[in-house]
This record gives sequence, structure tokens and C-alpha cells, in this order.
Amino acid sequence: MKLLGKSPALLFGQFAGVALIYLIFFSMGVSEAFFTVYTTKMVLAQTVIVGVGALGMTLIIISGGIDLSVGSVIALSCVTTALVLKAGGSIPTAVAVGTLTGAAVGLLNGMLIVSLKIVPFIATLGTLGIARGLAKIFSNERTVNPSLESIRGLSEVMAFERDTPIWDLPPGVWVMFGLGLLVAVILHFTVFGRFTFAIGSNEPTARLCGVPVSLCKIGLYTLSGALTGVSGVLLFGQLTIGDPTTAVGKELDIIAATVIGGGSLSGGQGSVLGSLIGAFIMSLLRNGCLMMEWPNPIQEIVIGAIIIFAVALDQFRHRRGVD
Amino acid sequence: MTDIHKAFGSTQALAGVDLEVHAGEVLALVGENGAGKSTLMKILSGALRADRGKMVLEGEEYNPQTPHQSREHGVAMIYQELSLAPHLTVVENIFLGRDQTRFGWLQKEAENKVAREALKRVGAEDIPLQKKIASLNPAQRQLVEIARALAGDAKVIVMDEPTSSLTQLDTENLFRVISDLKNEGTSVIYISHFLEEVQEVADRVVVLRDGQTVGGGMIEELDIPQIIRLMVGREVEELYPRIPHDPGDILLEIDGVSGKKKPSDVSLRIRKGEILGIAGLVGAGRTEFLRVLFGLDPIREGQIRVTHLDLSLEKKSNPGSRWSAGLGMLSEDRKEEGLAVELSISENMTLTRLAPYKRFGFFLPWLRRERSEEVANQLNIVCRSVEAPVSSLSGGNQQKVAFARLVHHDADLILLDEPTRGIDVGSKSQIYRLIGESAAAGKAVLMVSSYLPELFGVCDRIAVMRRGRLSEAKDADQWTEDEVLHYAVAEVA
Repeated sequence: MKLLGKSPALLFGQFAGVALIYLIFFSMGVSEAFFTVYTTKMVLAQTVIVGVGALGMTLIIISGGIDLSVGSVIALSCVTTALVLKAGGSIPTAVAVGTLTGAAVGLLNGMLIVSLKIVPFIATLGTLGIARGLAKIFSNERTVNPSLESIRGLSEVMAFERDTPIWDLPPGVWVMFGLGLLVAVILHFTVFGRFTFAIGSNEPTARLCGVPVSLCKIGLYTLSGALTGVSGVLLFGQLTIGDPTTAVGKELDIIAATVIGGGSLSGGQGSVLGSLIGAFIMSLLRNGCLMMEWPNPIQEIVIGAIIIFAVALDQFRHRRGVD
Repeated sequence: MTDIHKAFGSTQALAGVDLEVHAGEVLALVGENGAGKSTLMKILSGALRADRGKMVLEGEEYNPQTPHQSREHGVAMIYQELSLAPHLTVVENIFLGRDQTRFGWLQKEAENKVAREALKRVGAEDIPLQKKIASLNPAQRQLVEIARALAGDAKVIVMDEPTSSLTQLDTENLFRVISDLKNEGTSVIYISHFLEEVQEVADRVVVLRDGQTVGGGMIEELDIPQIIRLMVGREVEELYPRIPHDPGDILLEIDGVSGKKKPSDVSLRIRKGEILGIAGLVGAGRTEFLRVLFGLDPIREGQIRVTHLDLSLEKKSNPGSRWSAGLGMLSEDRKEEGLAVELSISENMTLTRLAPYKRFGFFLPWLRRERSEEVANQLNIVCRSVEAPVSSLSGGNQQKVAFARLVHHDADLILLDEPTRGIDVGSKSQIYRLIGESAAAGKAVLMVSSYLPELFGVCDRIAVMRRGRLSEAKDADQWTEDEVLHYAVAEVA
């Protein structure tokens, strides 16, 4: 149970949130298509980019940090993946390079935070600009278009058939679930994971208890960066081009997903399943608004309001739980 | 205050408390942690509202809805954790929330005058008004808080554990201030765990237990054992249980150790099965000394050897290497450094040594549960479950969790920094017993405390630190409290 989230009650709350959204759209008379297997698969596929990013963010937020650079890093990884393929590299090489690109920026983030003692908010605000700039330089400020043959396989990560059973999900979704399981195991069944919670809950205590705080933080940001890199690779698969201007502002979606999922910005709290559900809720809302044919500005307002509502509700439940 | 009731959910925090304070009286409110003292005072100061009961102030019904209202009525709280804004100046703090204005402009001159007068009344006219609070020491901050209460024409001042971060000398100064206030007709409600202090400063004592007034009386008519009996509802056989232990071989050798500023040139030997106490003023460098020993702060020169393992030579001088060398430390600041209160008891206890619960590289949380429960039982930690967060425990039990970490780790050398700060008498006695038991099991204990009776009650040898330098460690019965104090302040006085 612990692997999944903080407690059965909290978990129930998060699933209840999903049910509530379905109910609200139902009561507003959304088209029946909203409830079909096909739409659900589509929403899941749209969850992947934010979901995989939120896995890394969950690690960072549990440790009491924040990473604002993820949107830019997704774009940078997307571009490097495309560049490798365009230069004739194989798909495994391209995936590895894209992932390592993210890990490298994560490593930089970790080093800045640990050795220069810059708070994560500022350090990653800096690398947000740096990563975006690098993406544009590498791509000559144009999209990178590898040939169609060279990306065959990778371009199908988000593809799925219309009339297949529910478990026939696009590969990208399975990648998200697999990585989610991996991160959950790291958090709950490794010493590194316990250290992550300890650092986020009370850093001086962690230091007193002999936790190698600096090393752990560098590890955390690097691991999170690698996950963001995977997210970038997947986005490339979806776009089939390396676009240096993509994923602007994605970091906010990713942070929102993590927070809706029960992550606390003051550290020590957060869960993998919660963050994934948070990401799912975000794309479900987008989809519902689209099907209601609400204009874009209204969608933005609705999603903003839901974030505030979800977090307020979560805090209310927490307070009740403590008393 | 009559028949005050307050419940939090299903817990009845106060079940009919009566309290009376006369003008110009010092009333001591004592009781174990969780007896309801803080809740009662929060009701008095308007931070909480009573479910039932009545309060009368100077003949009129008094029913504050907010702390601000209670202040306007002349009831001022001085909390355990000082509540000054560190980045503001002394005078800004004194007038925070009640700035004197005319047409929207601050009346700086008028404020300065009132502030100066208030500071003078607490004997702190030497604190510059424009100094930032952050640059003052704890004793000075406390005086500023009292001055703030006076500047607001307080008739009743509530002090919650005012001496817990003060040295003996500052404490005596505070007592002088309290007695001056009393003579001027101000009432003081004094909450403290230190019964010796209560005896010195209070006129009358009221004892709370389990949310009820269980007794009290004029201070002359009560002695400390009587008060303790009222507090715990049973006999505490001995506050300082004596557990026989014999010093063995030398465990720790410290030669000429200096830190960045403090300590400077400290040498010391500690044997297995020995309890060594370090006395001194706050700021003398005792905490810094422990932190250098434990690798939390850098060592400038000198040698630290634990059974011939040279710790100072190690390049990586960090707490991790100390724990593996068999050292353990309990921090003076339980909330900020000692414990991660949102995490579980078990997590806090086992964080320094997770290795036994690893299989094939994976940490398996269920493997540690049994061991955690065993240690929690051994230390009498009262909890629903070892998986409950530390924040759900009382202060005394929290401190026992911090101690349990040392027991779980099986550390050979235990560094304790103010191990009984802010906990109730019953828990104190249990901590003293644990210290004794550790020594009996052949552990060495190095203990820093500002509370002299406890050092004399527990330690085999005592050394005094003054400005980063450590005196010779002498057997406890070769010191008197006066001598220790004298040594601690000799250069200053």
C-alpha cells in the first residue's frame, strides 16, 4: 500500500478527484465520446509528457526542492534526440543521448545548488534560460527534421488503434507506468529514497544523522533530469521533429500535477501515484473543456481554479487528519 | 478564570480549571507536558477560545477574541519560542502592531522615548534602540519582549519557560526584573519546569494535571517533592536515579582541538562507562565544541581519537563518518535539528543505521518495525504506533525518540546537548535514567547542560567552558555550584 501513496484514504481522495471531474462534465452534458475507451486512451497518451516529468519532479519536491528548468530541458532533449537521428544515429543512441542530455542539466542543477549554495528556485530559474538557449543554438533556431525512415519505431510511441481493448495502450504510456514503478521502488525501498524523505522533511536532522545531503541532492537532480530527458525523447516521438521552442511553461504543468497529487512544496511529502493521477487530471480537464467546446481562455481559467481547489481540499483534509 | 473547559476533538485538554491572580503577584503555573498549561494561557491571551467557563479581569468580564484584544486589555504573553521579528530593530519590535501615528506618520521620537523607558524598567537601558533583534543574544531578546509588554501597559504578563534558553546569570537578572515588576503592581504568571526557579521567584504555585487544577498554595508552604507529587500524581522516587557504573578504558582522546572561532585548544579524555558534564554560559562554545567533535563544523587544529582511530585526520570530517566510528549526538534544538517531526518515530530512530534492514540492496521497511518497537518499549515511549509521526508525541516522548536513535545505533560515545531542555519532570527523570543505563552498559557520555543541578545529579566529572576554553575536568563532588559559576564567568565579572 505504501508503495502507492501515503495512505489508503489519501489514495481514495485522489481517485475520487478523477471521478468528480467525470461527474461534473457529465452533469454539464458533455458529449458521450468523453466517456469512451478511445478518449480515455487519448487522455492517457496526452498525460505521458507531463506524467514522466512529474515523476522527476516528485523526487525533487519530496526532497524539499523545486525544478523550474524542466520545460526547457524537455525541449533541449527533444532537439538533441532529433540531431542524433538526423546525423544518422540509431534510435537507441538517440534515446540514450536525449536521456543523458536531461541528466546532464540535472547534474548541473544539483552542482549549482550544492556547491554554490544557490536555492533551487533560483538555480533552476537560471538553467531554464540556459537550457532553452542551448536548444536554440544546437538547432540553429529552426526545427530539426530527421528523415521519416530514421525515426520509425520512435514515432509510434503515442500511437494506438481505435477499436482495441483498454489494455492495448500506446508504448509511451507503458513507459510512464514502468518508470513510475521504478521511482516508487527507489523512494520506498532504497536507502537513497529514505534519505530523500529525510532531507525534505528536515535537512539539519538529516545532516545530523549522517545522511550525505550534498551527494543525495546531486543524485536526485541528476535522476530527475534523466526522467525529464525521457520526457523530451517521448515528446520528440510525438512531434517527430526537434522543436527548440516546444514545451514552454511545461514546468508549471508538471509542478501542478505533482502538487495536485499531494506533493508539498515544503518537502517531505509526495507520492508517485498521486503525481501520475495529478497529471491525468490535468489532461482530462483539457480534454473535457475541449469537448465542451469552451474557448481556450476559459479552459485556462478552469484549470487554474481546479489547481487551487485541489490543493486547498488536500490541505483541509490534512488538517482534519492531524486533529 | 473559573471552570475553564476546552476540548480538541475527543481530547479534553482542560476540564474545569480555576485560576486566580492578584495584582502584584508572581504566580507559578506548573505541571507536566500536556497538563494543559499552554492551552490555558492561550485562552487567557485570546489565541484560543474556551468551550465553557468565565474570565474576569479587574471586576469586568473579559473575553478576548484575538491576541491583539487581550493585549489591549493589558494581558501580554511571552512565549517559549521568542516571537520577535529578527530583521526589525528593537524599537520597531516594541511597537510592532501598535505604532504611534499622527496623520499616518510614525511618531518616532515619542516611540523612542517610551521604548527607552520600558527598557530601563527591565534594566536593559544598554541595548541600543536601533539595533536589529538578530544581533542580540537570547537574554537580551527576552528583555526586549518584556519591555514590549510594559510599553503596552501590561497588567498581567505571562512567561512561558522564560529561562529555557538563558544562562544562570541571565536567569538571575530576569528574576530581579520580575521582582521589580511585582513591586510596581504588575502580575506575572510564570510557567516553568524548573522547580528550583519556581521556588525562588514565585509567591504562589498552582499545579495542573490532566487539564485540572490539582493543588497549589503559597510557596513557603510547599517543598519541591510535594509539588512533584502533585504534578505526576505519584511519587517520583528520585529525580536523579543513581545507576552504578564504573569507568573503564579511555575511549576518546581530544588534544588541542580548535574550531573556526570556538572551541579553542580543548583537551579532554573520556573513559568508557563515564558521564562527563560540560557547564558554562550560553555562547561559551559548548555546542560548537560538540559540533566540531561530531564533524558538523570544521576542525581547525588538534586531534580527536576514538580508541586510537584518528578522526581529525580524516579528510571527510562529517557526521556520517562519526556515526560509523561509533559516535552519536543529540542536538540541543529538537525541532529544528534533532528530529524530522513529520516523519515516523521508527524513521527518526533508524535513519542513522538502515543497513540491517537491507536485503539484496533493497531497503525493506517492514523488517525494522519489530526492532523499532523493541527500542520504543525499552525507552517507555508512549505512542499509538512506531509508524506515527513524531509530531503526535509530547515533548518528553519526542526527546526520548531522539535518545532512542542513539540506543538503536548502539553508539559507544554519546554527545548530549541540553538533553532535558523543555521537557517535564517525569520525562527528565527517565532521560537521566537512560543516561545512567548507557554508562552502565559501558558507553561514554559527554553531556552539555546549562542546568547545574542536573549536571551535579548525573555526572561523574564536570568541566566548565569559558570563551571556548575548557577547564580541567574534576570529579563532580570536588566542585560546588558556586565554583562552577565563578569559573564560567570569571573573565567577564
